[in-house]
Amino acid sequence: MTVLMSGNEAIARGAYECGIRFASAYPGTPSTEIIEEFSKYEGVYAEWSPNEKVAMEVGIGAAVAGARAMVTMKHVGVNVAADPLFTVSYTGTNGALVIVSADDPSLHSSQNEQDNRNYAKFAKIPMLEPSDSDEARRFVKLAVEISETFDTPVFLRSTTRVSHSKSIVHTEEPQPPVDNTGIRFNAAKYVMVPANARIRRVFVEERMQKLKAFAEQFAENRIEINDPEVGIITAGMPYNYAKDVFPRYSYLKLGMVHPLPEEMIREFARRVKRVYVIEELDPFLEEQIRAMGISVVGKERFPYTNEFDPGVIAAALGETKKAPQAAVTTTVPPRPPNLCPGCPHRGLFYVLGKSKAFVAGDIGCYTLSFMKPLEGLHSCICMGASIGMAHGMSKALGRKGRGKVVGVIGDSTFVHSGITPLLNAAYNRSDALIVICDNRTTAMTGMQEHPATGFTLMGEKTQRLDLVALVKALGITSVHKVDPYDLKATEKIIRQELAAEGPSVVISDRACVLFKRERTEAGKPLIVDADLCTGCRACLGLGCPAIAWHKLEPQQRSGQTTPRKRGKGIAVIDGSLCNGCSVCLQLCKCGAIQGRGDRG
Amino acid sequence: MTTGDTRSILLAGVGGQGILRASDILANVFMEAGLDVKKSEVHGMAQRGGCVTSHVRYGRKVFSPLALKSDVDILLAFEKLEALRYLDYLKADGSVIINDQEILPPSVNLGDLAYPADVVAAVKSAFPSTKVVRAEALARNAGNIRTVNTVLLGVLSSFLTGIDISIWEKVLKDSFPAKLTKVNLDAFHLGRSA
Repeated sequence: MTVLMSGNEAIARGAYECGIRFASAYPGTPSTEIIEEFSKYEGVYAEWSPNEKVAMEVGIGAAVAGARAMVTMKHVGVNVAADPLFTVSYTGTNGALVIVSADDPSLHSSQNEQDNRNYAKFAKIPMLEPSDSDEARRFVKLAVEISETFDTPVFLRSTTRVSHSKSIVHTEEPQPPVDNTGIRFNAAKYVMVPANARIRRVFVEERMQKLKAFAEQFAENRIEINDPEVGIITAGMPYNYAKDVFPRYSYLKLGMVHPLPEEMIREFARRVKRVYVIEELDPFLEEQIRAMGISVVGKERFPYTNEFDPGVIAAALGETKKAPQAAVTTTVPPRPPNLCPGCPHRGLFYVLGKSKAFVAGDIGCYTLSFMKPLEGLHSCICMGASIGMAHGMSKALGRKGRGKVVGVIGDSTFVHSGITPLLNAAYNRSDALIVICDNRTTAMTGMQEHPATGFTLMGEKTQRLDLVALVKALGITSVHKVDPYDLKATEKIIRQELAAEGPSVVISDRACVLFKRERTEAGKPLIVDADLCTGCRACLGLGCPAIAWHKLEPQQRSGQTTPRKRGKGIAVIDGSLCNGCSVCLQLCKCGAIQGRGDRG
Repeated sequence: MTTGDTRSILLAGVGGQGILRASDILANVFMEAGLDVKKSEVHGMAQRGGCVTSHVRYGRKVFSPLALKSDVDILLAFEKLEALRYLDYLKADGSVIINDQEILPPSVNLGDLAYPADVVAAVKSAFPSTKVVRAEALARNAGNIRTVNTVLLGVLSSFLTGIDISIWEKVLKDSFPAKLTKVNLDAFHLGRSA
């Protein structure tokens, strides 16, 4: 069948077609949809694990038990999973283990731009890299074959542009899955104590030699000789960009980016006059090809940073682009992402911003509150960093930091990697205040379940993690819940806990406004009474997309009915966006913001 | 500069306007018409009211899912400011369709920057044939304000003369649950004849 699929949908399809029935993951853009799509196929098991390390270990367990397994994550997720990753390379697997790393050149939704091809080399694991959706589907099957033939985990590397582009996929009938699971004891292979690991270490190097020989014959490493003047060595999405701009040049398209087919690269270099290496991010291919003694043009022309597009490649090779359009000189105001109208984070971060404390933040929608006008978050490093950082700052500052250091973390992020640092904060008697924003879902990546939601990826009801009980069990005695829609109550508790000695936790307890399962009916939009609004702009300090500032012309300001009016404009609420959370109403000192029913 | 006959359409607007759904439908229309097609956009942060673009490229054989600047055939802007933002993607003889709707960005809401006064005139000075559509009004006429994206696909369809109407209708029927088929077909036809 011919279907239009995203790279992520195609990876899920490929996994299903080749008999993978087991997958684990933690959500992260651009990888999230892979396992969500996979979970919809008949007869599969798929789970959200609390973090990528756990997902990796779950996948390793399944593979050691003989199942074909897939583990998916975003590029920085591999950092979290790196500990088991490096050693499963030694043990090898039993059933196939395919690890999908979805990288994010241009940092569309990430905190860094790391090139995870380096992990393949570092951990001595082969890596395949598809360039479109149909390749993504086929490459999962090839990864399974390689994994089982060579007793190795196999990386499948995607990028945002492969994962989130759609192209035509020719689906195949799924292979009937074969049950190879069973308990088999093999301590020499799976118990990585030094004596055993030293032996497996040798196996890893021997396996890499075999994989190098395999790469020479691998059909997805292919040479296309056209014009021999220029030969381009490339892989993944940049192949498409280059083909678009330079359709007549010759190509060596690598489907496997680790290990490299050295003989094939030498042959290609012999058959063309000049060799360009076109790759996003690090000079991963380039450095290895140069080390073979082959002269190439690479990063001296092509950028290190950001994803490519056809224009980047054309410009790097000095191909003049067509003259730009008659420039329209108007300034176009930027449109950055923002917290939604009614977002429960808004009230919390408004209060935190006012507290003048340093707020160590974390990964989630709430990270956006670093922006104007809230400016209520002051650092973001990685998943779970907020709590450890807040504790470290508080200890380093001593008396100077008393009442001035907060760590803020979302519910899903807390479960991912906030529990151990909170245990540390209790254990080492931190003075920092920790706020858990419990919006009952993993909102940033699109509403995924986690242990504190009480539901699984497969939609089953399960044991729901009790955050209060957990926090207390970790040794935090002072735990409070607040409703961030109630500014006064939230501020009171935050002030009280900031002033208190020792570690404390406040749970900001309100479901994500987009989360349908938790949503009671949407509130009625509020309105601004133009006669009462003094234009003080207090409500604008929330940065709510539903509240706009309307300038008044001088004649509108004179002849006004309200003598109190002093501003140069008034606030206006867009009824199509407002859902009546009423946080702005609490800031309005002149009583201009009202519910629809308030006016007689 | 790009290969052979590949043509590009750029959809641009604001998160929540149904751009990704519209570009899915558009890409499926090209596939149904027997053409190769690729489309690309970035998910994630865009949900939160940021600008959203979707590139759709079609032809006999498509390589890049992303279009070059100065190489887009049609810009379909779901919001006026977004037409201005992506104007430099258009070819000199490209076409522009603008939905006559303003969604204020945060900097304008806060009063820090101004929403440009006459976007349509600015766009028309560069592309005189620009088509301006009041898609919200048409969607309301069709019976559902949420069909703005389908209205705009209808407008776009009148620019794609090589694609038979039956293909559009088939893909639209396949894209919505039965109870929403009629309102979307109505919205599509209102846009097509606008």
